[in-house]
Amino acid sequence: MFDIERWQEIFDTIRKNKLRTFLTGLSVASGIFILVILLGFGQGMQNGVAQEFEEDAITSINVWAGTTTKEHKGMNPGRRIQLRNENYELVNELFVDDIEYGSSRTYINGLSINYGKESLAYGLQGVSPEFQFIENAKISEGRFINEYDEVNVAKVAVIGNKIKTDVFNSLESPIGEYIKISGIPFKIIGVFSENEDREEERIYIPLNTSQKVFNEADRIGNISYTLPPADDFKTAVAEATEFKNKLRTHLQRVHTVAPEDTSAINVFSMMEAADRYFSLIDNIKLFFWFVGICTVIAGIVGVSNIMLIVVKERTREIGIRKAIGAKPWAIVGLILQESIFVTAISGFSGFIFSMGLLEIFGPYIEVDYIVNPSVNFNVALSTVILLIIAGTLAGFFPAWRAANIHTIKALKDE
Amino acid sequence: MIEIKNLHKSYKMGSNALHVLKGIDFSVKEGELVAIMGSSGSGKSTLLNILGMLDVADEGEYNLDGMPIKNLNETKAANYRNKFLGFIFQSFNLINYKTALENVALPLYYQGMNRKKRQEKALKYLEQVGLKEWSHHLPSELSGGQKQRVAIARAMVTEPKVLLADELTGALDSKTSYEVMDLIQQINDKGNTILVVTHENDIAHMCKRIVYLRDGVIVKDEKVKQVRAKEYVQ
Ligand SMILES: Nc1ncnc2c1ncn2[C@@H]1O[C@H](COP(=O)(O)OP(=O)(O)O)[C@@H](O)[C@H]1O
Ligand SMILES: [Mg+2]
Repeated sequence: MFDIERWQEIFDTIRKNKLRTFLTGLSVASGIFILVILLGFGQGMQNGVAQEFEEDAITSINVWAGTTTKEHKGMNPGRRIQLRNENYELVNELFVDDIEYGSSRTYINGLSINYGKESLAYGLQGVSPEFQFIENAKISEGRFINEYDEVNVAKVAVIGNKIKTDVFNSLESPIGEYIKISGIPFKIIGVFSENEDREEERIYIPLNTSQKVFNEADRIGNISYTLPPADDFKTAVAEATEFKNKLRTHLQRVHTVAPEDTSAINVFSMMEAADRYFSLIDNIKLFFWFVGICTVIAGIVGVSNIMLIVVKERTREIGIRKAIGAKPWAIVGLILQESIFVTAISGFSGFIFSMGLLEIFGPYIEVDYIVNPSVNFNVALSTVILLIIAGTLAGFFPAWRAANIHTIKALKDE
Repeated sequence: MIEIKNLHKSYKMGSNALHVLKGIDFSVKEGELVAIMGSSGSGKSTLLNILGMLDVADEGEYNLDGMPIKNLNETKAANYRNKFLGFIFQSFNLINYKTALENVALPLYYQGMNRKKRQEKALKYLEQVGLKEWSHHLPSELSGGQKQRVAIARAMVTEPKVLLADELTGALDSKTSYEVMDLIQQINDKGNTILVVTHENDIAHMCKRIVYLRDGVIVKDEKVKQVRAKEYVQ
């Protein structure tokens, strides 16, 4: 390996067989290149999906009511179910150990909202203080709704950052400004930002205020919870699913809904959805690995093939070398070392080139569901080293064959 | 220098065997220039290959410079070839992507000599065969005679005990053949032992002794008056 003379001999051979060397190298380099890029995009998809799920707290569970579809205990199908404060309060009591944060929500539609003369067309929702953590909203100015606002039926509003830029652009800050909802002035106390514009086009007011001021009484449109973080993803998914089922069963019983009637009480677990996405991504990544490994195997087979051809081409030369005193192991070494050298150099070039490409352009790639494709350096490096080892094995058999060709026969080879 | 006794060799061809050498007894002293004559297929190359340890006999003894040659494995044979023998072939057998100098230096690489020394020594031998100016040319840029000179320099560079030449003029025209034989004679004049396999009478008569081979046995072994190739050159 560290015999300088042999290296010189190998460099001579490579220098004088540039095309052959180049082609061998190309097949290895492109194999590695494709593998790394595929792995990069697998990771990019995972990043992209992970980002999608950052919109809301990943452990969030949402409940909303619909219409019954099945006859149950003498009740006709087609009955509209309405969630009420008492439902929310009972759930909180029953499942206190399971819940991290909770909030019920009212959707208030059809009211006029004005800022001065300007009419605002944004969604209006009544929410509790803990809703901030469920929605993963970041307060950029002022504060969110608090308990004091709830108790005092305060006429305060928290607006999304999009509304701030749309409407309050001329002001340094919208805090302290008043908007009129159905003619009633609400003071802006905070601005929140989210990852997506769509979720910033909302105005939040205290739940209690929404119910008392806008005649919602004790009706609520939606209940959201988050669960406390679990040790790992699997447990979290299991806990979320369990809670989801418990919650649905409870609400179905309270509202006299058939257990199999899923459209009357809807429960959505973000965790479950995430799990489904992530296992899809896992499968895609697995597939990418598969394709990548196949490419690499094709590369190795290519190297092995090229080495076989090389050995065949060089049969006479090998005969000559043996006739003038090359020992069999010197021949094996020569062929093998050349193949390792070419595999290593081209493997690493493919590696560096593809890693560089991902490193430079990866951060700019941001289409839906693909964000910052990147590859774990160690994984990629181990793959390259594995390829080199495989390439060595692939080169060994041709080399061994070459060394064992009968000298006289080799010399007669045309 | 070379001593062989009762040498037998046959090639297996499917179920039957072709008996090529049927008991050869023969010896060569140091400094001899011996031609092995015979028609095509008489076993000359087979004999030379056994002497050159490229092939092994089925039966018989072989001593090279007092050293018994037996139980050879590939590694040992390669070692002996490299140290004691020089080969010259009909088809030159130069490595086509190596220059004349690199070709001549190659046996020294397998002796473990360093590059600089190799090249110096190779150049010295190229000069002896009159091709110093051609040292950096590839075989494809050389004439047949020049190629064979390079091959002779390569065979000589390890200072072998015996030089083995198989139809070394077989691919050359007669003028070039005589030039090459002139070189062989000069090398022999310096005391080198040389065996030349040929089926050409004139080439055989440029040696000092002719061994006639027919049907795998030596039919005649005689000293001859050497014809100097120089007379035919120019
Ligand atoms: N490797 C081999 N396998 C089978 N037969 C062979 C082999 N080498 C030579 N022969 C046969 O042995 C005989 C002698 O061959 P060879 O020694 O090359 O003769 P020469 O060199 O005198 O022309 C020929 O008939 C040839 O066909
Ligand atoms: Mg022959």
